[in-house]
Amino acid sequence: MSSIIKSPWVIHYDGSSCNGCDIEVLAALTPRFDVERFGIINTGNPKHADIFLVTGSVNEQNIPIVKNIYEQMPDPKVVIAIGICAATGGIFKECYNVQGGVGEVIPVDVYVPGCAARPEAIIDGVVKALGILQKKQEEWKAKVS
Amino acid sequence: MSTSCLTSGLLYLLLAPLIGGLIAGLDRIISARMQTRVGPPIWQPFYDVCKLFSKEHLVVNRSQTLFVFGLFIFMIITGLLFFTGYDLLLVIFAFTLASILLILAAYKAGSPYSFIGAERELMQMMAYEPMVLLVPIGIYMVTKTFSVAEIVKYETPLIYYLPGVFIGLLHILTIKFRKSPFDLSSTHHAHQELVKGLTTEFSGPSLALIEITHWYENVLLLGIIFLFFAPIPWVGVLAALLIYFLEIMIDNSFARMKWEFLLKSSWWMALVFGGGNILLLMLLKR
Ligand code: SF4
Repeated sequence: MSSIIKSPWVIHYDGSSCNGCDIEVLAALTPRFDVERFGIINTGNPKHADIFLVTGSVNEQNIPIVKNIYEQMPDPKVVIAIGICAATGGIFKECYNVQGGVGEVIPVDVYVPGCAARPEAIIDGVVKALGILQKKQEEWKAKVS
Repeated sequence: MSTSCLTSGLLYLLLAPLIGGLIAGLDRIISARMQTRVGPPIWQPFYDVCKLFSKEHLVVNRSQTLFVFGLFIFMIITGLLFFTGYDLLLVIFAFTLASILLILAAYKAGSPYSFIGAERELMQMMAYEPMVLLVPIGIYMVTKTFSVAEIVKYETPLIYYLPGVFIGLLHILTIKFRKSPFDLSSTHHAHQELVKGLTTEFSGPSLALIEITHWYENVLLLGIIFLFFAPIPWVGVLAALLIYFLEIMIDNSFARMKWEFLLKSSWWMALVFGGGNILLLMLLKR
């Protein structure tokens, strides 16, 4: 089995979320859910990360930042949009500065619904992303070699 | 060089990454239990390193890779010099060179995070270097030799003569193991913070190599602890493991200190315990 699914390191970026989804992401790291059991580390560094967790919608201010983080991550990588805001813009959709979901800017692999998304749902989303990650790794290896 | 020295050198080369990785895995489990978490499986550090090797290698500056590779090679050479029973002074110098290469690699990237990480690592070196030099001096005053092979054969455990030097060494080991009050440049925990600065700009295989180097380094440091109990080998092994456990406990129960405290405390410990011990030896043991 490939080692990438046993050691998925995540980076978490807060777009323009209300902080609800962020708290839930961080809750997954607490002793109650303890995602380190699965080797998940919240790296906070795009160059170390395999999974990009985005909460909140994208707006004019953070589009370059989201793109920058995505491009700095080494291949293979996956993106998870957490919460309704990250999926479509959610309740902030009508705001003058909001573009919509994260999918407008970078390719998203997994959408985790909920307002706020529950920690269980987030962990579920990450597990789903692991399958995609493995597939992407195989594709990437075939492309490189 | 005798065959036993050669075998121990070879064993180090092959087993150090395994032992270092296992210790790192245990460390993560014990730390997790101390925080009432379950923690990752014991093989987790190996999964991490395997994964890092299979990722894309993003390089900011090509000489960066060269330095990381140099760090890896020199750390192995340092360990080999120690475990084949060469000169302790040579071991210390090679060790310093390896640490310098890591700092140079971090300086290469030009990102502020990695820059500050490198600066903090330099600060840490400044803090632990005096004590690192006092260790061979103290050992020489007791055994009248720098050769590790001879030191191991010395009949009484060095800890009898050098308890002060040993305490001073323990203090700087916290820095070298990258444990909490003194993990300013790189740490095992706060991955999102500036204290992870040193490794910010490394990705994939480079980062894996740095991790493996850290395992080699840890085994070497445990070997130096063993040296103080060498005549009774099982006590030596037990002491090394116990001290590592103590470091984990300190790691989980102390807040991170500022660099001023790091520098002052390290130098004072070196002066009072290391220097005091050596002064007493000079007066009592002629
Ligand atoms: S989905 Fe709901 S909880 Fe999450 S960021 Fe949007 S408004 Fe906040």
